[in-house]
Amino acid sequence: MADTGQQHPISVYFWIWALLFVFSAASYMVDYLAFQGYTRWTLIIIFMMLKAGFIVAIFMHMRWERVALITAIMVPPGALLVLVGLMAMESDYTWLTRVVYLGADPAPVPLPPPSH
Amino acid sequence: MAEATGLRNLQLVNDWADDVAVFRAVPWGKAMMWIFLLSDTFIFTCFLTSYMTVRMTTAEPWPNPSEVFALEAFGVPVPLLLIAIMTFILITSSGTMAMAVNMGYRRKRVPAALLMLVTAVFGAMFVGMQMFEWTKLIVDEGVRPWGNPMGAAQFGASFFMITGFHGLHVSAGVVYLIIVAVRVWRGRYEEKGYDIIEITGLYWHFVDLVWVFIFAFFYLW
Repeated sequence: MADTGQQHPISVYFWIWALLFVFSAASYMVDYLAFQGYTRWTLIIIFMMLKAGFIVAIFMHMRWERVALITAIMVPPGALLVLVGLMAMESDYTWLTRVVYLGADPAPVPLPPPSH
Repeated sequence: MAEATGLRNLQLVNDWADDVAVFRAVPWGKAMMWIFLLSDTFIFTCFLTSYMTVRMTTAEPWPNPSEVFALEAFGVPVPLLLIAIMTFILITSSGTMAMAVNMGYRRKRVPAALLMLVTAVFGAMFVGMQMFEWTKLIVDEGVRPWGNPMGAAQFGASFFMITGFHGLHVSAGVVYLIIVAVRVWRGRYEEKGYDIIEITGLYWHFVDLVWVFIFAFFYLW
């Protein structure tokens, strides 16, 4: 039986391999040079997405698969982004509640007196 | 370009609508591996999301990973040194795995098997370093799943759960790689074809992929 699998020039893999090293080194430098705040976040996320994208597209051959398989695998994780968004919103609220009512706030706001 | 996009959309509709197997020209083992990896994605994302939630909700300061995971090199503390080495080892192993897939489809079974074994060795090195990291954290720094001396108690639970589950995947991958490599070496797939190496490779690249997210969200955040 003939192979039905993916065969691509070996140079493609070498290029991506080198790129992954560069991106990893770059994301490590973000920590080493101690970037903070939004600069740190933007750089970390960009390098992460680049690495993840190249691994899935080239090493896992997703770029060359049929659209039926690509959509079946890549669309469902969208639900996970919704989960992350929901939990982030809920977390802000929980944190605020803890700070206000568990006394971690150095200058707590007194509760209003009961109205009856 | 617009025409090409139209053709791909038509192909998508036809693949799903025709009364035949949906994933045409895809070996069933590969389709099943992808679906397994999709389910694994959901599990890992649930862990990472719960980590995000406990980290965002705790009123205690979170231990600074850059300091917690620093190692002394030549008398100077270097932030995340071991983690950086582990990251490079895993990427190297992904590269050798891609080479193994390539060799398999060229029907060079001995180089393919050797490259898979090299990949397994890198995987074992990764797990070894993780054991060193855990030992340092538990014995020297006193981190426990229920608390630690540096700050928020949830740090330990998140760390051991996420990196432990990932390490389990790497360990299982090493065993999987060795089994398939030995079979490839013996010529078991000479007639059947070498899709099996690509399928094993999918699993291995996924383990590397998960580490990309753990590295970004747990160690660099």
